[in-house]
Amino acid sequence: MKIAFASGKGGTGKTTVALNVAYILQKCGADVQLLDCDVEGPNAHLFLPPRIDRCIPATVKRPEAAEDRCTGCGVCADYCEFNAITVLKNTVIIFPELCHGCGVCAWFCPERIITETERPIGVIEGGTAKDIRFLQGRLNVGEVMAPPLIRQVKEQAQAAAVTLIDCPPGNSCPLIEAVRGVDLVILVSEPTPFGLYDLSLTVASLKELGLPAGVVVNRCDIGNDELYLFCRQENLPVLAEIPHDRRIAESYSRGGLIGEDLPDYRELFASLWKNVLVLIEGKGGQPPTARGGTAA
Amino acid sequence: MTREITILSGKGGSGKTTVTGALAVLAKDKILVDADVDAPDLHLLLQPQIKRRESFFGSKKAKIIPEECIQCGLCVTSCRFDAIKMADPPVVSPIFCEGCGLCRRICPAEAVEFAEARTGEWYVSDTVYGPMVHARLDPAQGNSGKLVSLIRAEGRKIAEEKRADLILTDGPPGIGCPVIASLAGAGLVLIVTEPTLSGEHDLRRLAELIALFKIPAWVCVNKWDLNPEMTLKIEEASRGLGMSVAGRIRFDLTTVQAQLRGRTVMDYPESPAAKDIEEIWKQLEKMQG
Repeated sequence: MKIAFASGKGGTGKTTVALNVAYILQKCGADVQLLDCDVEGPNAHLFLPPRIDRCIPATVKRPEAAEDRCTGCGVCADYCEFNAITVLKNTVIIFPELCHGCGVCAWFCPERIITETERPIGVIEGGTAKDIRFLQGRLNVGEVMAPPLIRQVKEQAQAAAVTLIDCPPGNSCPLIEAVRGVDLVILVSEPTPFGLYDLSLTVASLKELGLPAGVVVNRCDIGNDELYLFCRQENLPVLAEIPHDRRIAESYSRGGLIGEDLPDYRELFASLWKNVLVLIEGKGGQPPTARGGTAA
Repeated sequence: MTREITILSGKGGSGKTTVTGALAVLAKDKILVDADVDAPDLHLLLQPQIKRRESFFGSKKAKIIPEECIQCGLCVTSCRFDAIKMADPPVVSPIFCEGCGLCRRICPAEAVEFAEARTGEWYVSDTVYGPMVHARLDPAQGNSGKLVSLIRAEGRKIAEEKRADLILTDGPPGIGCPVIASLAGAGLVLIVTEPTLSGEHDLRRLAELIALFKIPAWVCVNKWDLNPEMTLKIEEASRGLGMSVAGRIRFDLTTVQAQLRGRTVMDYPESPAAKDIEEIWKQLEKMQG
């Protein structure tokens, strides 16, 4: 079972909720794996922190031309939809930051002098902490394209009874790649105009993708009721409500886990998970109880 | 010369838009740009009246013409983005199609249509604080960097016309494509961060990126009193990374109250956040001469 944590707006508590669900599941003996797919700002590791024992370079395809054999025909530049290639006389100039790695240039070069090599864009790091299996992507600073790295983090993930995916904020390509193929998206939001507006954008994107979702309302006692009205209208179940609590903010600021620092909240995350299972079973999915313990 | 101040954070939710909204009130003669086209929120504080609305064509998309398709499946196996699923005829997912055109060129039956697709919308608006350029991607669409570059260029055009000497740009979180698009050519970056381990971690990555562009950066710690020790650590680290400290903003739920009324926090001039942001603006003005 794969569950993604997303939000649209940043800083609503995606990482906090994902980590604490992982913590509670692990406490109950479930086989749980956490993937940090917020590759521009991967933060989950700060709260674990894991012993990293796997480090895999993430790469994208990068075309290279054997220039001594270039006839200067310009087909590669003409065919590239991303303006990533220019041909000046017999010199092929490639702009790697614009290249999408689609392979068109190599396919159509009449002289067959363009080959594709691997260009590093970041790393995938794996390890274990608090008995939670952990994997994260870290995009190199200055790199433009997060989605290929997100795809590779997901490819490197091992089979697990429960895989939790911490998604990047926003609603465009990185988010779409992170939620691709999951069973359920947990939307962590807050009942403020910013929280609601950004949530509505994410919900519209998930509809396009045909993915089911539930909502966790964080800092549920600030703001107003509009978020709840929206959830009702859109038929989005509210899976949990987390109050605005300065102790949570302080624990978070130090890199603490709520489940460890504030045991009175464990029940909240356990009940969140129960609601997730109900939702998934209702949609015909298989709960992980079939394979051993969960929080239920 | 028009200066552009881009407000960034690395980590999301640290208060970029709250600060940009307040600066929109404090700064004179400026153009406003909301470059967080993925999740734009500035309009919720500034209530823009839309004057001009344009479609954004972010990329080309492939489509298979059923009558021409011979079901060979070459497009399905050749697409690098897994965007085509075998069916009768194969179906291109407009969400995953990156618009490279490989399928169109290799199709032996010339059964692939390839055209510009609308992926969003952008607007030029009036606010009581000055003109504003903003945008919105359509659901599940990408290429936000291109849209960011477009609306920033539009902002510069308007600034020239109106002889405004400042552009305030509310940036996206992260360090990837849309952030790089909102950085290139900016005169100054104001980083709004928070006194948390995550805030610090993401700030360091952002600082590294800004250094590549050689743009001067100022840092302010929002909600600083949640962890004074971490605030000091971040300020020290910022100076070590060649950035300047612009000030601190106290944790203040007045910002939520203002948001609920669709106003900036400057509507509550006596609130701690409003006072602190005013101090930060004074610092920035002094520095700008």
